[in-house]
Amino acid sequence: MSGIRISVPATAKSGEIIEIKTLIQHKMESGFRRGSRGEVLERDIINLFTCTYNGDIVFKADLFPSIAANPFITFFMKATQSGTLNFSWSDQDGKIWTETRTLTVE
Amino acid sequence: MDRDAYINRRMIRALTLILCALTACNAPPQTHVDLPKKDQQSGYKFLTAETQALQDDDFANPGFLWVDKGETLFNAGEKACVTCHTDKLKGASTTFPKVTAQGGLINLEGQINLCRVNQQLEAPLPYESDDLLSLTAYIAHQSRGMPNKVKTDGPAANYIQQGRDYFFTRRGQMNLACSTCHDKNWGKKLRGDTISQGHSNAFPAYRLEWQSLGSLHRRLHDCDTGVRAEPQALGSDTYTAVELYLAARASDQITVEVPGVRR
Repeated sequence: MSGIRISVPATAKSGEIIEIKTLIQHKMESGFRRGSRGEVLERDIINLFTCTYNGDIVFKADLFPSIAANPFITFFMKATQSGTLNFSWSDQDGKIWTETRTLTVE
Repeated sequence: MDRDAYINRRMIRALTLILCALTACNAPPQTHVDLPKKDQQSGYKFLTAETQALQDDDFANPGFLWVDKGETLFNAGEKACVTCHTDKLKGASTTFPKVTAQGGLINLEGQINLCRVNQQLEAPLPYESDDLLSLTAYIAHQSRGMPNKVKTDGPAANYIQQGRDYFFTRRGQMNLACSTCHDKNWGKKLRGDTISQGHSNAFPAYRLEWQSLGSLHRRLHDCDTGVRAEPQALGSDTYTAVELYLAARASDQITVEVPGVRR
């Protein structure tokens, strides 16, 4: 179900600060709401986002129930060498979504 | 003589009263005036700057999650939509809702399902399902920036009248018609929100309240629930007629914004 959108510049100059944008489709059900029949809607959230750059963690975020559906996470990093960026989201039950992008540093 | 004069006066007064009553009965029924084109503005104008920014950014706009999925569905399978519709249906959504050859009124969702049943030999998608929303959003997105061009003459005229009647009829415990807010009081505040003119150009739209994409019919359903009226079914003929009225009301004036972001 999950759609994922990632924006990484294709190329960057060495030492350049680049912006990374990510968006993942997820309902982020807080666990505090009730359905139309009064039943408790069970908590269902992504609780961890990690981005690695050639294996090193460059950005990591813990997510909590108050975060809106379809979490949009954007951050800046310094481009040092060509390589791969690995994006990973994992939910409370251990389900994991991953994506990779390549970055060419000139 | 005095007595005759008194009776005459009584009679004249009675006649005048009857005449007044008759005049009131014969007065033209209260006419409803459509929102003038020159005053029409997209719902975008009534959003906060933050919500406008979210819609303007084609990456951050969460509606694009559905547009992306719609693109995948449009190109998927042996009998993919794209094999016939090589132009990706640019501009197609601006002509919906429209009257079919059989005389029924269908909106874009209905046309997608007709194609699925008749051409792709697949089961129709349930209204408001993620797949139908995605396909609708993708196809409508191809017409972004284009004004609505629905047919308003011939058999469509009857449907427009039906939709118009619904729009101007007071209903529910609150005794409100759509027009009470969206024609007479747009631009004013309703709690923290600015009342829009009720245009359909952003739909399917990502509503922050829903935290997901939703159809125009879901929006109408919510409005009816909001005035404590009995809502119609999603995909019902009534809502499709209202959809046509809204499109005709804004034709050549308001441009498509799918996927819009609304509060």
